[in-house]
Amino acid sequence: MRFDWDWEFTFEILPRLLAATVNTLIAAGLGYAIAVVLGLVFALAQRTPVRSLTFTVREVVEFIRSTPLVLQIFFVFYVGPQFGVRLSPWTAGMIAIGLHYSAYLSEVYRGGIEAVPKGQWEACRALNMSTRDTYLRIVIPQALPPSIAGMGNYLVGIFKDTPMLSVIGVAELLHTANAIGSENYRFLEPYTLVGIIFLAISLPAAGFVRLFEARVRRKLGL
Amino acid sequence: MDLSDYPLELPEGDRPMVRFMNVTKRYGTLTVLDRLDLDVAEGEMVTVIGPSGSGKTTVLRMLMTLETINGGVIYVDGKPLTHMEKGGKLVPANERYLRKARSSIGMCFQHFNLFPHMTALQNCMEGPVQVLGMSKSEARARSEELLEMVGMIDKKDQHPSRLSGGQQQRVAIARALAMRPKVMLFDEVTSALDPEVIGEVTNVIRQLVAEHNLTMLMVTHQMGFARDISDRICFFYQGKIEEEGPPEQLFETPQKERTQQFLSAVKDAG
Repeated sequence: MRFDWDWEFTFEILPRLLAATVNTLIAAGLGYAIAVVLGLVFALAQRTPVRSLTFTVREVVEFIRSTPLVLQIFFVFYVGPQFGVRLSPWTAGMIAIGLHYSAYLSEVYRGGIEAVPKGQWEACRALNMSTRDTYLRIVIPQALPPSIAGMGNYLVGIFKDTPMLSVIGVAELLHTANAIGSENYRFLEPYTLVGIIFLAISLPAAGFVRLFEARVRRKLGL
Repeated sequence: MDLSDYPLELPEGDRPMVRFMNVTKRYGTLTVLDRLDLDVAEGEMVTVIGPSGSGKTTVLRMLMTLETINGGVIYVDGKPLTHMEKGGKLVPANERYLRKARSSIGMCFQHFNLFPHMTALQNCMEGPVQVLGMSKSEARARSEELLEMVGMIDKKDQHPSRLSGGQQQRVAIARALAMRPKVMLFDEVTSALDPEVIGEVTNVIRQLVAEHNLTMLMVTHQMGFARDISDRICFFYQGKIEEEGPPEQLFETPQKERTQQFLSAVKDAG
């Protein structure tokens, strides 16, 4: 075995991989958007006084966190049709990855909400604020800054997990690299490029998250 | 006593601003308040003193509905606070009833509990705008007036993290007053303060007593202050009122042995 890197081939496949990068970013972005909203729903549902709801959501979150993402993707895509739910690879993929990460994000939110001092809740009660205002105006704004670091980690996490969508045929980076590899019998260049592209996006993203956190803290005067 | 034994409303002519009737509070097996009876008349300033663990803070927290009640009924302005009428008798109040019932009560806390992501002015405006539905300009005018009164108008655009403890507590008093409560509760409001700034907070409360007809219930360790401004002192011991009376009487000629012990212990420490 010898190491032979073909630069010509590299430049030939680069445009195709960059086009696939856009798909990867869209997948990560959509999945994350679902997770950010659904995660908050999961976190708040666990704080309602309705025991059965709290218990159910808690168990669902635990279940999602304790089973592999790739299994969940398969499940939504291949088992769904047996129950008459026929989804495109994209839709199935977004549901699976969004749901998966919403379970993790709900834990981040939960931690952030629990970190808000008890005195803040009592002050809201003393001012006779509604539960809705207490959350929206007092608790969530304070729960947000300590949650940003965790949210940022999962943003990078969901981005790095998008290759799992290739198993159901979503044309993201890894899927495209696989296709290029089997068309040309060369895997070194496409896989290496995929790695470099992931690195080139993940590293600055982590930095941006830290900057963003500092900005939010300043903005809220904390 | 069964809940059906309590009146749905206090009769005309016997309506103190606050009435604790047979109130019991337990945490697990620990009884914090033991069948407490306590009246506070309109405009009266009552101070609760006593050793720690005697249940004095619990009295205020029950009245603010921060704690659930295990026995008895609390009435505010003649109407039940902790209970509501259902089918001709009292049942524990639900959240909706509590929101209406506690609107006449305001509270200041030992650790201020200002909202850290809002300025002093925004802290004061929050309740009037969000809860009372007041217009922003009206709420601002009211809040600025109150911040002026507590001497904090020049710091109105500062966040709490930029204010000293005494300043934060004065903003907290303005915030509570902005809701126009009939009853104000002060829960050890000077206990977390450095000695040199205690005066700026007690002066604000003195001014309130002198100029407003608020009903006030206070827990404090500042005996001199309590003596100066209170109409009545209640000495708590093990979840009950051991002794009560006008300040001069209670501080100078306490009748009960436990009161004497407590007061001399406090004097030695001071």
